Amino acid sequence: MVRQIRENDVNIRMRTYPLVTLGWVSATTTFGVDMTDPEPIRFLDDEGRYAPSETAAAFEGELEGLDLDDLMQWYRDMAAVRAFDTECTHLQRQGQLALWAPSVGQEGGQVGIAHAAQAEDHLFPTYREHTVAYVRGVDLVGIAGQFRGVTHGGWDVTDPSNGNCHLYTLVLGSQAQHAAGFAMGQVLDAKRKAGSDSLAPGEAGVPTEGATIVFYGDGTTSEGDVSESMVFASSFQSPLLHVMQNNSWAISVPVARQSRTPIYRRALGFGLRAVQIDGNDPLAGYAVAKRFLAEARAGNGPGYIEALTYRMGAHTTSDDPTRYRESDELESWRRRDPIVRFEGYLRERGVGDDFFEEAAQQADEIAKTAREGILTMPEPGRDAMFEHVYSEPHPLMDAQREWLEDYEAAMNEGGQA
Amino acid sequence: MSEAHISLTERQSLPISKAINAGLRAAMAADERVVLMGEDIGPLGGVFRVTDGLQRDFGSARVIDTPLAEAGIVGSAIGLAMAGYRPVVEIQFDGFVFPAFNQIVTQLAKLTSRTDGKQSMPVVIRLPYGGHIGAVEHHQESPEAYFAHTAGLRVVAPSNAHDAYWMIQQAIKSDDPVIFMEPKAKYWQKGEVDPHALAAPLHRTAVVRAGSDCTVVGFGAMVTTLLQAADLAASEGTTLEVLDLRSISPIDYDPILTSVQKTGRLVVAQEAQGNASVGSEIAATVAERAFYALQAPPLRVSGFDVPFPPAKLEGVYLPDADRVLEAVDRALDY
Repeated sequence: MVRQIRENDVNIRMRTYPLVTLGWVSATTTFGVDMTDPEPIRFLDDEGRYAPSETAAAFEGELEGLDLDDLMQWYRDMAAVRAFDTECTHLQRQGQLALWAPSVGQEGGQVGIAHAAQAEDHLFPTYREHTVAYVRGVDLVGIAGQFRGVTHGGWDVTDPSNGNCHLYTLVLGSQAQHAAGFAMGQVLDAKRKAGSDSLAPGEAGVPTEGATIVFYGDGTTSEGDVSESMVFASSFQSPLLHVMQNNSWAISVPVARQSRTPIYRRALGFGLRAVQIDGNDPLAGYAVAKRFLAEARAGNGPGYIEALTYRMGAHTTSDDPTRYRESDELESWRRRDPIVRFEGYLRERGVGDDFFEEAAQQADEIAKTAREGILTMPEPGRDAMFEHVYSEPHPLMDAQREWLEDYEAAMNEGGQA
Repeated sequence: MSEAHISLTERQSLPISKAINAGLRAAMAADERVVLMGEDIGPLGGVFRVTDGLQRDFGSARVIDTPLAEAGIVGSAIGLAMAGYRPVVEIQFDGFVFPAFNQIVTQLAKLTSRTDGKQSMPVVIRLPYGGHIGAVEHHQESPEAYFAHTAGLRVVAPSNAHDAYWMIQQAIKSDDPVIFMEPKAKYWQKGEVDPHALAAPLHRTAVVRAGSDCTVVGFGAMVTTLLQAADLAASEGTTLEVLDLRSISPIDYDPILTSVQKTGRLVVAQEAQGNASVGSEIAATVAERAFYALQAPPLRVSGFDVPFPPAKLEGVYLPDADRVLEAVDRALDY
């Protein structure tokens, strides 16, 4: 036993996420059990050449419907969000945003997965899913709204033009439960339509019209809400896909503090189909998400994607990454920047300079328009504070709104006197 | 087939548990978007049998036995509400609500506001609360103040079978989240339920006994204690005006203020700890709004500011009619 634990210790040390590479160790045993981790799924190598891993072969068919125009659009999406994201960091430095959470470096997985979702699917982001929100149709200005201090939301979640993208969630992991509940609702919808009133323990899943995706990061995996979400999704065979972007850092704490085993393995334990992908490869995100969403919609149960990526910027603008991580680590990931990599792939497919110049220009314009939109966002009126606390009339809201009006009127009179 | 298994069509004497059951049944029959979820609410009918027979009659897709995870139950209910459903959650015991506290306070209570009112949250959380059942730790508490303090939530508690039948339906119809506190010690207390006479609006304080010497206010199980106290006081020649709060958030103050205008004295009784409690809020508000009518300071009768004690001490901890009358005497002697 002692010897086994020692062996295990060695293995754990071996598998401790080598942050400079893709966190993948070919084969190990844990407590004598063979726990070989397959190579993370990737279609593109670090330079963007099409070089699928063996593990990608099973998903290659999912790429068939894509044409070059689609892929060029993905590039435009990433470039636009990168420019917007960079602009928002500037706006924070200029005092125009109270805070900003950059997503630089994580656009690759996000763009692929967002494009894999169908129109009727619902998405529950954390607060770093700018590419996901943008692809689903959310206005970039809306995304910045809460960082500007004018709202706790930013867009109308019931407006179809926002692509069923729910609001950013700041209490991490909470949204995983909402997503599980929403996916349960998709199951109940299907049951009602089929005239079935049964949802018995152990019952097989049913085909649903839509699926649900929840996004979060490696730090959040330690929150109980994430585990409970998987319990519920598995129990009810709900059409839910967990997308965990393992960007290596939860503010200043490395992923090794959250988990000593690759995190996707936890999902296997909950009964979800789960894989690791190269999170900076848009094709890998697209192909795996497409397959897992189709499985989920077919009633074959929930899925889990661990997307290995890297947060190239700070956690938020309040943070100083130089205090906790080495610059060579960042440099090594900069070489695998998802946008640069995807450019390499598009060039391999024959896309030339003209396109990239035009895309860069377009991205700058989008960022500039967003900047103007952010700077001219209307400030909320005082009434907004009381307006939507409840859906139905509430005496305290009425009384306090009235009191504030009277108080301010009295103060103004006093000022004039 | 027992009485709880049929829809209530005429006046009937029912215990509170069965009145809630009949109310749930009526709400489910009226709206197919109403779904029940919780631990052991299916074949068992809940540990207090409040959902008895409902899964059999509505199916396991509408009366859903969930995994054992309160945060998951409430978090999923939020997602279901987003998907257009009206979930009614059973939390098994008062003290078990805290694993779900984050979902209730940071999510359920705030999502309507966060979405600028686009996404209402018609979720009811049924919470059997309170002592007098001789149970183990975490099974006898009164956590209403946490929820009353949270903007975005509504908190109500029926004290009798008729209100229980109607208030659960009103709570389910509300587009806002409602914490529905059920006086578990009174689940077996019978009362007349009239399915044709709609109860007062959900957030209305009720005068349940008229009197002129002192106003006594409470909710849920405490109302029975206040009526006992009023009987005892009457035998001594003192008349108490007994008010059933019914709604803990928002509080309907007009009947309380009207009563205090008449009696000049207020005693608020509650099982919860007194410090930073709902009773404190009522006492402060009455002092602010009826100061000149008062002939004595508003007084609170509460549990002690200690964890709810082991069952052998619950009789010492929980306010009874004597504790209420001691406060009434102090108010009268002031």
